[in-house]
Amino acid sequence: MTPMLTSARKTELIGFVIVAAVILLLLPAVTDAFRLNLVGKYLTYAFVAVGLVLCWGSAGILSLGQGIFFGLGGYCMAMFLKLEASTPEATSIQSTPGIPDFMDWNQITALPWFWEPFHSFGFTLVAVVVVPAILAFIIGFAMFTRRVGGVYFAIITQAIAAILTILIIGQQGYTGGVNGITDLRTLLGWDIRTDSAKTILYFVNAFLLLAVIALSMAVRSSKLGRILVALRDKEDRVRFSGYDVAAFKIFVFCFAAAISGIGGAMFTLQVGFMSPSFVGIVPSIEMVIFCAVGGRHSLIGAVYGTLLVNWAKTSFSESFPELWLFAMGALFIAVVMAFPNGLAGLYTSHVQPLFKRFGRKSAGRSAASGTETPAIAE
Amino acid sequence: MTTNNDFLLSVEGLTVSFDGFKAVDDLSFYVDPNEIHVIIGPNGAGKTTALDLICGKTRATSGSIRFRGKELTEMKEHQIVHAGVGRKFQNPSIYEDLTVFENLEISFPRGRSVFGALAFKRDKEVRERVAEIAEMIFLEDHLEERAEYLSHGQKQWLEIGMLLIQNPELLMLDEPVAGMSVSERVKTAELLNRIIQGRAVIVIEHDMKFVEDIAHKVTVLHQGKVLSEGSMTHVKSDPKVVEVYLGH
Repeated sequence: MTPMLTSARKTELIGFVIVAAVILLLLPAVTDAFRLNLVGKYLTYAFVAVGLVLCWGSAGILSLGQGIFFGLGGYCMAMFLKLEASTPEATSIQSTPGIPDFMDWNQITALPWFWEPFHSFGFTLVAVVVVPAILAFIIGFAMFTRRVGGVYFAIITQAIAAILTILIIGQQGYTGGVNGITDLRTLLGWDIRTDSAKTILYFVNAFLLLAVIALSMAVRSSKLGRILVALRDKEDRVRFSGYDVAAFKIFVFCFAAAISGIGGAMFTLQVGFMSPSFVGIVPSIEMVIFCAVGGRHSLIGAVYGTLLVNWAKTSFSESFPELWLFAMGALFIAVVMAFPNGLAGLYTSHVQPLFKRFGRKSAGRSAASGTETPAIAE
Repeated sequence: MTTNNDFLLSVEGLTVSFDGFKAVDDLSFYVDPNEIHVIIGPNGAGKTTALDLICGKTRATSGSIRFRGKELTEMKEHQIVHAGVGRKFQNPSIYEDLTVFENLEISFPRGRSVFGALAFKRDKEVRERVAEIAEMIFLEDHLEERAEYLSHGQKQWLEIGMLLIQNPELLMLDEPVAGMSVSERVKTAELLNRIIQGRAVIVIEHDMKFVEDIAHKVTVLHQGKVLSEGSMTHVKSDPKVVEVYLGH
């Protein structure tokens, strides 16, 4: 590590402190329990957006299928919660008590083998991270060792997202089908549907998100982070400098998948169900938009981008539900055309110079406090 | 067939065919340790393709490339680099978004695996080596600059530096002085003369003055085949070479 802190690194650390303050103090202070739960739901998408900053922003690998990994993490958690909610006593009216209700409706009489391990909470916690990472490894290995990249990779990930959705919907008896896994009640006996539980889960989610951002910052500032930037720019040069490029791409893709899985699991816990509508093409593209609006090179920007777009989505689709998809399409085009580095780019090009000028003018006085302005580090 | 282990690099019967067109056709040549071997030839003679084949960028249709007794045609690109072969591309190929320091640091031969890169520490050894190379390539005052702001000549130097820091046994340079100003060219010739000591080098170059200055051995390629081989004086007086190349 460099002994001196570069200014970009310092800005990033300040940005981290501010985003922590916004998530942990500001938002809980100004919102009621219902809205806070909504914000908590938005923040679960920020895990995916942070993963995309590494995968797409740093390494230039655009995945249009991150919903796959978000969904897998979410389903792992949902399977555990569903089994806990399906005790023989609670399901005594079923023809086969003790299995999830949707299985009973589909004439399934025994718990499928792949559901069995989800009786264990420890296994579930591991699976939330490992299952998405394993699938990402398989996809990454198949694509990157064959040098499939760019648009082709994006299209293939999108196709996989579509396939997974169809699979989940088609295998209704094993997955709950289009309704997903619903009616989740308790986590190790603790009722997750109460307001107080939701508030606690919000903070658990917030701390996990901050931990993931901190971990991502560490990855980005390691040599591996610089190699990712290098291979985005000149893949061949990296290869002929003695690096196995495919291994690095697979790593970052798996890393992004694993943290998306955490986001998915936190989504299930806070929202109380999981369904294929969070897995497919539309949510996957939405997640890319969150990342693009925040700025695909900024980990902190990804959080603000996610919050902003979701807040807009909620307010907008309350009044004009059918127009939202068009509005989002327009937003994506606007971001790509007008401000390709998103909010973070606007911050570095417009807001930061103002601070610097102000700082020079008022030398001696303390610099402007930036609590109200989201400071977004590059 | 002899193993030719006395040579550092032995290329034998190398052929690559793109949809029937043979860019390199039954090419054989040998490079001794510490030899500076220049490949010349008109455009489309297969010079760059020959380097692509050696470093693994292009896969040979047939033939063999042996480097210190190891068959390179079966190895992956990064393994060929680990074996000790470094390649400079024709257009300066550097990482524009990173600083000069970071460009050199990435090329430093340590922490090349995923987890090695995660655990990599910028210690004294790295900093000293980067500083040493930066001085050699005239960029010691530009270490913190983003590489995209360097001049064309400086970018060429940086890429040469990125190879040097790996300390390869065989260095392959594709037109190292192309597109440089006169003063840059002089400096580069001086730099190359310094760095090619103690290692084998294959150079592709059009600048005949430069070739005469450095070459131990010259191979003239024409339509993917060896037209003539030997010292510069020998090659220059070969009527076949005069016919297709120097005479024009």
